[in-house]
Amino acid sequence: MTIPADTKQKPTARFQVLRLIARNKLALAAVIFLTLVVLCAIFGPWLMGNLVDKPNFRARNMAPFSLAQGWAYVLGADTLGRSLLARLIVGAQNTLGIALFAVFFSMLIGGFLGLIAGYSRGALSNVILRVADIVMSFPSLLLALIVLFSLGPSVSNLVIVLAVTRIPIYLRTTRAEVLEVRERMFVSAAMALGAGHMRIVFRHIAPIVLPTLVTIGAIDFATVVLAESSLSFLGLGIQAPEFTWGAMVATGRGYLANAWWIAFWPGLAILLTTLSLNILSNWWRTYADPQQRWRIELARSKKGIPEKRT
Amino acid sequence: MFGFILRRSAQSLIAVIGLLVLVFFLSRLTGDPAYLYLPLDSSEAQRQAFSEAQGFNDPLYLQFGRYLLGVANLDFGTALSRNRPAMEVALEAFPQTLKLAVIAMSLALVFAVVVGSLAAAKPDSLFDRIASTASLAGASAPDFWVAIVAILVFSVGLGLLPTSGTGTPLHWIMPIFVLTLRPFGLLVQVVRGTMISALASPYVKTARAKGVQRTQIIFRHALRNSLLPVITVAGDLAASLVNGAVVVESIFGWPGIGKLMIDAIVRRDFALIQATVLITAVAIFVLNILIDLLYARLDPRIRFQAK
Repeated sequence: MTIPADTKQKPTARFQVLRLIARNKLALAAVIFLTLVVLCAIFGPWLMGNLVDKPNFRARNMAPFSLAQGWAYVLGADTLGRSLLARLIVGAQNTLGIALFAVFFSMLIGGFLGLIAGYSRGALSNVILRVADIVMSFPSLLLALIVLFSLGPSVSNLVIVLAVTRIPIYLRTTRAEVLEVRERMFVSAAMALGAGHMRIVFRHIAPIVLPTLVTIGAIDFATVVLAESSLSFLGLGIQAPEFTWGAMVATGRGYLANAWWIAFWPGLAILLTTLSLNILSNWWRTYADPQQRWRIELARSKKGIPEKRT
Repeated sequence: MFGFILRRSAQSLIAVIGLLVLVFFLSRLTGDPAYLYLPLDSSEAQRQAFSEAQGFNDPLYLQFGRYLLGVANLDFGTALSRNRPAMEVALEAFPQTLKLAVIAMSLALVFAVVVGSLAAAKPDSLFDRIASTASLAGASAPDFWVAIVAILVFSVGLGLLPTSGTGTPLHWIMPIFVLTLRPFGLLVQVVRGTMISALASPYVKTARAKGVQRTQIIFRHALRNSLLPVITVAGDLAASLVNGAVVVESIFGWPGIGKLMIDAIVRRDFALIQATVLITAVAIFVLNILIDLLYARLDPRIRFQAK
C-alpha cells in the first residue's frame, strides 16, 4: 500500500460513513442529539451560568410547558424555582466530563497494565490478571459505594472509582491483543534488530492495540454515564453545589407526587444520551462487520433495490 | 470434573480473601463509629471506652487478625447497628435479593430468547426494528429513573401498585420489572446477533433444503448453537444484577442485601459490611462455577481435563 493512495481514499471513506448514517433515521437522530449534548456540555455553563443557581420564587415548582416566566422555564422549575432547562444544559458538562475522564483513565491504566500482562507472561502478569478478576467479579456499584464512602465523595474520587471498576475490561482486551500481536513478524524483526522491550511494547505493539481500545471506550462510555448517575442518585457521587443529571433525579425523587418534572427530565436526558451512544455503537458494529455491512448499504434505498456498490 | 471444581473453588477463595482484605481496610478509613453510636453529648472518655470495648483502638493488623480468627470459627462479629450477629442479619436479607434476582433473570432470559429469535428470523422487518430499538432502550435506561417513573405512573398516577415495601404479590411487580429491564435489553441484542449469524450458517441452509419447518429450524437448530454466548453474557450480567438490586431495593424499600449494605456503609457497621460483602462475593463465585459446569453440559466440545 502506498501512501498517496491512502490519503486519496480517506476523505471518500469518511464521506461514505456520513452518507450511510444520514440514511438511517435512528442513527441520524442519535448523531444530532449527541452533537447537541456535547455543545451543551462545552458552551452550557458559559451561556447559562447565572440562571442555574438563581432562585426565582415566583417559579417555584413551576409546571413545564408554560412560557409565563420566559423560555428558560419551559421545562418547569425545581423547588427553589431554578430553571430545569438551564440546569439540564449545564449538568451536561459534569455528566459527560466525569464519564470522559473515567473512560480515559481506565483506558490508559488498563491498556498499560494489559501491555505488561500480555508481554511479560511472568508472575507479575498472573498477579495483574487475578486482581482484575476480583474487581470484575464483584458488583462494581458496591465496590464504588464502599470506596467512595471511605475516601469521601468528590469529583476526583468519583472519577477514580469509575475508572477502577472499568480497568479490567481494557486490561483483558489489551492483553488478548498483545498475545496475538507479539507473535507477528514485525515484532520478531524488531527484536532481531536489537530493539529493547520498552521500544517494542510502546512503538510497535501499542499502536496496533490502540484502535480496539478506543472502540471499546466509545461503547463503554454509556455504561460509565449510567454508573455515575446511579452513584450520584444514591447520594455518594457528586455533591452539591456541583450536580450531574443523576444527582438531579435524586433531588426530584422527594417531590414525585406534586412536581414529577424535577426527576423526569434529567432521567430522560440520561436515557436519550446512553440510547444514542448505544444506537451509534450498534450501527458502527454492523458497519465494521464485513458480513453484516450490506444490511446498512442496502437498507432503505427504495425497497431493497441495491445501490451500486463502489 | 471434580478436580475442576476444586481448582476453581481455590481460585475463588483467594479472590474472596482479597476482597475481604480490601473491604476491611477501606471501611476502617471511613471514620470513627463511636461518633455514630453514642449520643451526641457523650464525653471523650465515653467514646474512648466504646472504642476500647469494640476493639477499634487496637492497631489495624491486630483487628484484622482477630477478624480472620473469628471467620475461621464462623464468628463474623456483631452488627453494631442492630445488636445481632452480623451474619445472621445478612443471611436474613440474602434470600430476599436472591428471589428478586432469580425471577428477574429467568424472565429476562425467557423473553430475550423468544423476542431475539423472532427478531433474528426476519432481520429488518417491522418486528425486528421495534424489538431492536426497544431492547436498546431497555439496556440504556437508568434503572433508578425507570423505577421512579414507574412509581409515578402506577402508584402516584393510577394508584394501582404500592410504592414500596413487601407483603402482597403486588409489591413484587415493580421491583422485578425494573430489575428485568436491563438484562432483557442486553440479552435480546446478544440473542439476535448470534441467531442472525447462526441462521446464515451452512447447517441451517442444509436443514432448509431438506424442508425442515421454519420454527423448528429457528428453535431446534439455530437457537441451540446460539445459547452458549447468551449464557456467558447472562453470567456476566449476574454481578451487575446485584448493582441493579442495590438501586431497586433502596428505592422500593426492599429488605434485601443491597439495601442492607447501603445501610451498613452509611452507619459504619464494619462487621455488617464485611458479612454482606462476603455473602455477595461467595454467591457470585458459586454462580460462576455453576455457569462453567453448565457450559460443559451444553457444549460437548468442552471437557474439564486436568492440564
